[in-house]
Amino acid sequence: MAMTATPEENALHPDLLLIAKVKAGDLSAFEQLMRQYDRQIFRIALHITQNREDAEDIVQDTFLKAFQKLDQFQGNSKFYTWLVRIAVNESLMRLRKRRSQKTVSMDEDIQTEEGSIPRDFADWMPNPEQNYNQSELADILRRTIQGLPPGFRTVFALRDIDGLSTEETAKALGLTVPAVKSRLLRARLQLRERLSRYFRVPTGAHPL
Amino acid sequence: MNCTEFLANLTDYFDAKTASSLRSELEQHMADCSHCYVTVNTTRQTIEIYRNDELFELPESIRTKLQQAVLIKCAKMKENKGRKI
Ligand SMILES: [Zn+2]
Repeated sequence: MAMTATPEENALHPDLLLIAKVKAGDLSAFEQLMRQYDRQIFRIALHITQNREDAEDIVQDTFLKAFQKLDQFQGNSKFYTWLVRIAVNESLMRLRKRRSQKTVSMDEDIQTEEGSIPRDFADWMPNPEQNYNQSELADILRRTIQGLPPGFRTVFALRDIDGLSTEETAKALGLTVPAVKSRLLRARLQLRERLSRYFRVPTGAHPL
Repeated sequence: MNCTEFLANLTDYFDAKTASSLRSELEQHMADCSHCYVTVNTTRQTIEIYRNDELFELPESIRTKLQQAVLIKCAKMKENKGRKI
């Protein structure tokens, strides 16, 4: 049997109260859960799929699935982590469809050694993002993260942008903690390496 | 400590999860190695820039639209089941 939290622990998390209400037929409690998490789910979906339209659909599908499967939610993990897991699966499914190939998975491209060793050691300008206007910066950030394999992108998004712990990220993605750590390191280093092109102190100039 | 060992501990270092003895070893390496010093600073900035950017925000109008769509479907599902979910 799966380990479950004690009732006292359960009672502490406000989500569980809402879930109990939803199970008793209260839809407004489900609306509250959506309001709480839809933005994060959108962000995760967008990071994985890199497509806003898909990400919006995924928000819908994730919450619908959660509603359908709510009986299966055991309360032995956080509701949010459970939700993220659904969203990640939905996102990977969409990505597969878009690319019409079967190979999109969390394991894709992890063999590559690219970016695991830093090469660019130039320091960056102070507040480097301020040297670009909003749409230029958005473009740089989008193109840079798009270059990462989905498995790296997802770990980076969950861990660094969404603020999940390493353990929660592992749980949501069905990965081991060491696997999350190694992907996170490589995702961060690869992004850093690519952003450096735009943010480094120009050669010949002095920092500060 | 060499640069490879330093990088292997970078994730724990950022998470402040390293024991204090290892932490001072890492900080010593950074003081001696400009490459790793730059790597740490620029990686930290990379994380912050992505975290602060609103590139991936969901506009309020679309939120409302999505929430309503989901709730309507949930209500239908509930009805079809003809019982409490
Ligand atoms: Zn070094």
